[in-house]
Amino acid sequence: MTDQRNHPEEQVLQDGDPETTGHSWDGIKEFNNPLPRWWLWCFYLTIIWGVAYSVLYPAWPGISGATAGVLGFSTRAQVAEEIDRFDALNADLRQQLTEVDLTTVTREDNPDLYNFAVQAGESTFTTWCSQCHGAGAAGVQAAGYPNLLDDDWLWGGTLEDIQATIAHGIRNEDDPDARWSEMTAFEGILADEEISQVVNYAMSLSDEDGDGVNAISQTYDEELASAGETIFLDNCAACHGDAGTGDRFLGAPNLTDAIWLYGGTPEAIEETVRHARFGVMPAWSLRLSEAEVNATAIYVHGLGGGE
Amino acid sequence: MLDYIKLAILGLVAICAAIAANYGLDAAYKLHALIIMVVAGGLFLWQLRRTGEPAVAVPTGEYMDGPVRAAAIATAFWGVVGFLAGVFIAFQLAFPELNFQWAEGYANFGRLRPLHTSAVIFAFGGNALLAASFYIVQRTSAVRMWGGNATWFVFWGYQLFIVMAATGYLLGATQSQEYAEPEWYVDLWLTIVWVVFLIVYVGTLLKRKEPHIYVANWFLLSFIITVAMLHVVNNLSIPVSIWGSRSVQVFSGVQNAMTQWWYGHNAVGFFLTAGFLGMMYYFVPKQAERPVYSYKLSIIHFWALIFLYIWAGPHHLHYTALPDWASTLGMVFSVILWMPSWGGMINGLMTLQGAWDKLRTDPILRMMVTSLAFYGMSTFEGPMMSIRAVNSLSHYTDWTIGHVHSGALGWNGMITFGMLYYLFPKLWHTKLYSLRAVSWHFWLATVGIVLYAASMWVTGIMEGLMWREVDAQGFLVNSFADTVEAKFPMYVVRGLGGVMFLSGALIMAWNLWMTVRSAGAKPTSDLVPAE
Repeated sequence: MTDQRNHPEEQVLQDGDPETTGHSWDGIKEFNNPLPRWWLWCFYLTIIWGVAYSVLYPAWPGISGATAGVLGFSTRAQVAEEIDRFDALNADLRQQLTEVDLTTVTREDNPDLYNFAVQAGESTFTTWCSQCHGAGAAGVQAAGYPNLLDDDWLWGGTLEDIQATIAHGIRNEDDPDARWSEMTAFEGILADEEISQVVNYAMSLSDEDGDGVNAISQTYDEELASAGETIFLDNCAACHGDAGTGDRFLGAPNLTDAIWLYGGTPEAIEETVRHARFGVMPAWSLRLSEAEVNATAIYVHGLGGGE
Repeated sequence: MLDYIKLAILGLVAICAAIAANYGLDAAYKLHALIIMVVAGGLFLWQLRRTGEPAVAVPTGEYMDGPVRAAAIATAFWGVVGFLAGVFIAFQLAFPELNFQWAEGYANFGRLRPLHTSAVIFAFGGNALLAASFYIVQRTSAVRMWGGNATWFVFWGYQLFIVMAATGYLLGATQSQEYAEPEWYVDLWLTIVWVVFLIVYVGTLLKRKEPHIYVANWFLLSFIITVAMLHVVNNLSIPVSIWGSRSVQVFSGVQNAMTQWWYGHNAVGFFLTAGFLGMMYYFVPKQAERPVYSYKLSIIHFWALIFLYIWAGPHHLHYTALPDWASTLGMVFSVILWMPSWGGMINGLMTLQGAWDKLRTDPILRMMVTSLAFYGMSTFEGPMMSIRAVNSLSHYTDWTIGHVHSGALGWNGMITFGMLYYLFPKLWHTKLYSLRAVSWHFWLATVGIVLYAASMWVTGIMEGLMWREVDAQGFLVNSFADTVEAKFPMYVVRGLGGVMFLSGALIMAWNLWMTVRSAGAKPTSDLVPAE
């Protein structure tokens, strides 16, 4: 049947064109070409493959379950198998890590276990710790995330200290053994003038040569600083020590070095004095195995600052 | 009488919206209530001025080209907006500082990403499909749109949906279903608009003067029906309060995930594939001035495509809580879908038989052919990526983003540009302002897409390999941050690809603008051909 409508843009056929279906829409015609053979055969092949695949693998749902597939494949089993393989491979070393005295795990005395611990520790560290401490463990400057490469430790840098910090964390509510201390927020306790004096005194503590410029090249007001000494001794020395060298038992930072966890500018220190700080770290023993915690301790201890 | 009913409804809606704006619990809801109040109030005044005036005769002898022109303009406009948002968020990924502190909570990546995806898929792609549907169904049925001004309602209702979706994202209203982020009342509105779309479309088809329904209309109809079904099911949710935008999905856990990806994959399958194939089946034979290659192929690949696509969704959930059997079926149907997808490419490309020489002289046809090539490439890549073993490497990586963009920029973008270059001169009865500018657009877009897709392949496969890399004792070698750092150069290349694609679109917008200006007089609509 041919179309009677008079389309303004009727397509004109060329010599040698195949026959059309005889219809026309807004001038568009359609050839009556057969399906391309290669296309049809590829289509059939994918269907055959699909049927075969769905017999081999879990596929067809029933009322209360689905066909399991001839090959017995399961994604969960696949993952479990991989995990089991490495678990079996490492079972012995993992067991040793939970039993051994960590200080004996050194490159010289126990190279196999040491290498395993460093590998496992690094892997655990990059997965769980790097978010705060950085992939290279250098922390985040002046943001409250300590650098773990140096020898300035808030809560101690021996293997045992580091292991305890990782296992129980700092100032968290989840683990009763978490390391705990809380600095006083001095706003309202000290007058504004006293705060400014003690801030300058704190800055002066790392000024070894007494030239009014401290270890991180910050200039402070010497007059205010000397006025701040009494305030410091009355209010701060209990934790930070008379000399300001800190106390690892309380996690009180050493104020005489060039390292400032939350920044050493007058503004940052004033913020600390007024409102205090409360850095929190999770208790990893609640999420990681004992072997992983110990391995991480060995890894961190070996980064350079371990004692 | 009808006028008074309309006035009553519009007045009521404006008052309800004012009350809702007053009681609104969150910013997005309040703003949307105000928008609805202004729109309904404005329509009330407009209706009031028309009430009692003598009715204007409907020009039944003319096609209804007004909504096509409007949708074509909206396509170009939203295209530029969507591409711009895409370029910006691409650079936000490369340079996180672009998540400006002062715009935190409005213009950070998390807010702008759905704005980009919705703008390009639903605003740009959706308006392109509205324009194509209205134009094609009238021309190939040889009748004016059925349903009077309902077609205008579909167009303006859809724009209202776009504005509410976009502003909602910026203000944080989202139900967190990918590509279905708008909240409950926006979904309800779209449902109304979409049902009217279906009704006017089917109404026009039913009163067609041609004995048969043209193949483009099969695809467009399947697109309209399936999108309605997908939209309703995936947006089943219960509002937390009638005065707020928050809602809770009816499905939870893996059921929700499966519904979401059944929706998500078929948004690709029926919105971006079937709908655009409908567009292709009209505009390619028109631009090439050659008959469609094979009627048989069009039937077989149409039915195979729509039957198979709807099952392919589970391939988005390999190695998740989804049971293995569902994931196998998703993969099997995806692989079988390969040839039915290619049927459209073959039919499009082979339509050029006897007209290949035109590629040398006609940059518009070149765009359409390039779009078919990208269509073929991404519909091969898709089934391949759905294979479980490949997916375990590619999933969650940038490879997926590259795949989506070679389809979206290459296939959907290029075929739409081709359509716009065809439509504007037709609709305004003039010649295209500059063919040279089309050539520039073609090359900028093509090179841009290649840069985009290639950089995402490299970074996607690289990060997939880095994520799974373990040492001899089974420990992960890389931290996540290591992979982010390694991707940086490729992110810059991707951004540059985006800049090129956007530049091409800006040239197009200028070219189309000049075309309309050169037409001068108010455009008239084409006459329906006589019996």
